[in-house]
Amino acid sequence: MSILLTHPCPSPTPGGGPLPLTNSLILLGEGRTLGQEMRNKRPHSEEAAQTCFWPIRITSKLPDTMVHFTTEEKAAVASLWAKVNVEVVGGESLARLLIVYPWTQRFFDSFGNLYSESAIMGNPKVKAHGRKVLNSFGNAIEHMDDLKGTFADLSELHCDKLHVDPENFRLLGNMILIVLATHFSKEFTPQMQAAWQKLTNAVANALTHKYH
Amino acid sequence: MAPADRAAVLALWRKLGTNVGIYTTEALERTFVAFPSSKTYFLHLNLSPGSAQVAAHGQKVADALSLAVNHLDDLPGTLSYLRELHTHKLRVDPVFFKLLCHCLLVTLARHYPGDFSPNMHASLVKFLNHVISALAPSSG
Repeated sequence: MSILLTHPCPSPTPGGGPLPLTNSLILLGEGRTLGQEMRNKRPHSEEAAQTCFWPIRITSKLPDTMVHFTTEEKAAVASLWAKVNVEVVGGESLARLLIVYPWTQRFFDSFGNLYSESAIMGNPKVKAHGRKVLNSFGNAIEHMDDLKGTFADLSELHCDKLHVDPENFRLLGNMILIVLATHFSKEFTPQMQAAWQKLTNAVANALTHKYH
Repeated sequence: MAPADRAAVLALWRKLGTNVGIYTTEALERTFVAFPSSKTYFLHLNLSPGSAQVAAHGQKVADALSLAVNHLDDLPGTLSYLRELHTHKLRVDPVFFKLLCHCLLVTLARHYPGDFSPNMHASLVKFLNHVISALAPSSG
């Protein structure tokens, strides 16, 4: 099945909200969209391409083929995940986000003492929430072929209730990678990093999917 | 940069000693693997793992960062020649610098886990953001 996107590659509208879909949408084989092709032709970083936000509502049911993980990538992610202490890595990742990017503390006003590195690292609410967040990554690893579906509810929550700018999802993903690097220096080869980078980017995109 | 951040970065740089080039080279290699479109700026080089050409470029990056560490009071002035080169001649998308810096943080975290406290991490991010601003002022 192929559907052509005849609307030019959009940038987010200033007032927000979806662009009117006046024409039909074509997938150029293997799930690539015309927009992705246009992005591929520019000297554009993969990172920027993946964080480009498309406020387009696709009304027909399409297969979710936006992110494809190879067998090797899935195996790499799973092998490291098996060794991860979710409480330790989750807590530290969230703590680092709050310390390195202090504006993120605004989402955790109810967590009490966030006034210093040691306070944040030792804060039991930070650890508990970090564990919760990393557990959702564990869920992602079990559903790597349908991240958008898996994170649909969380996406709505972060958009409608929590009002979190999607850039923060990417930053948290990077914190997780850095924490993994400190704990697993031998295993965290460039290929392992690339697989996890792809996963965290894909989760960030899935969390952004329901934004409007 | 605040005195505490400067002191932290300087202390780490002293500890890295002459090995900075090893880590910047690893950061470049990681960037190529994790963000393949970044290779677009290096198509004239042999990019296979262990490439001497990538190592040579890694050393150039290391030298520039070491220069920056020792001239924190005037990064735009110190790095102006690099800004000209990367902005007007090489036309590097500023996002690439962020990706490389992220991979450098991963590399340093991997090699110096005991030194990579959250505060050290935060100081390094501030330092690297200043470097990126000096290299690509319009990246806003």
